[in-house]
Amino acid sequence: MAGNVSNHMARDLRDHGGVRQHVPPQVTTSLPATRRQQIAAGVRDSFSAGLGILPLGIALGLMVVQTGLPWWLAPALSLSAFAGSVELLVVGMAATVTPLGAIALTVLVVNFRHVFYAFSFPLHVVRHPLAKAYAVYAMIDEAYAVNAALPETERSAPRLLAMQIACEAYWVGGGLAGVALSTALPGPVEGLEFALVALFTALALDAVRSRREIPSVLLAVASVAAALVLTPGVALFTALLVFLALLLARHLLATRRAPGKAAGEAAGA
Amino acid sequence: MPSTPYLLAVVAIVFGITFALRAMPFAALRALRASATVRQLAMWMPVGILAILAVTALHGTITAEPRATLHALLAVAVTAGTHLAFGRRTILSVGIGTTVYVVLVNAF
Repeated sequence: MAGNVSNHMARDLRDHGGVRQHVPPQVTTSLPATRRQQIAAGVRDSFSAGLGILPLGIALGLMVVQTGLPWWLAPALSLSAFAGSVELLVVGMAATVTPLGAIALTVLVVNFRHVFYAFSFPLHVVRHPLAKAYAVYAMIDEAYAVNAALPETERSAPRLLAMQIACEAYWVGGGLAGVALSTALPGPVEGLEFALVALFTALALDAVRSRREIPSVLLAVASVAAALVLTPGVALFTALLVFLALLLARHLLATRRAPGKAAGEAAGA
Repeated sequence: MPSTPYLLAVVAIVFGITFALRAMPFAALRALRASATVRQLAMWMPVGILAILAVTALHGTITAEPRATLHALLAVAVTAGTHLAFGRRTILSVGIGTTVYVVLVNAF
């Protein structure tokens, strides 16, 4: 509760310190649902992500067994690094006893994108330190994306954590299912990994709520186009870096052109 | 077969690097939370990051299976169409889009 109050105070200070114009109240809206309803909403949020995560988990389990590694590596990897596709890479590298330094570098490059999520991941809705640590540990692409597509007022700690725990259950469960199926199945069903493309497409459409979002979308498309041409191997990382740079430039331009107006937009949107 | 200590070291490395990459920016940004620039970026970033994730995921699918490029583009169009036409129910859009892709890839 103390954290709650100080959090409110910090926001009040910010609102009064940084902005002169009228600001709509951001904090005092009471949450519309009970804790149980929020958890149910979080589990519902996870279903669409699960369509992508579960087949990927099964693929991981199959791959662990088919490359001759011990079965426990599937759940151990899914739990220690709840990170998705990089684990398929790691399994391939571990099977050929790749030096640990090379594995570390691969993980660093492939997962570096998570650095950019911190700007807009709503970690502030989670108060308990352990829950905060879990939310950070479980901040996979799908969890970031599902949350980013939600309106600010619908976010809450129980909803976020329930969604993340459900996603991890699909991931670990999928890996174990893949291990179990590895003797029965000749190979995974081809094409199921498309679920991730479909998920991000649908969530991107949801995030475009008004015409104000259009400039960001255009800058993002320019970033990803440049990244695919310049560095196709690490396109996601480059695209996020270029996108961040373009947004910083946009912010500088906006504040230089009309300082008062830019501050108002920043606070009122 | 790789030794168990080697595999445990792999697990530890993957955990350490991934968690550090996710946690450190939060620690760094906490000091900047009140900055107008950071708040502005937090508002502008999600929609762009989602667009970037969608495009790079599509690119990854096409790179893994170049002969299915048209199938993938068609399935993306079906996903977006379903999403806009049937009230933005994500599970439905993802389910139908993925089914279209799986059927196309395995049938043709």
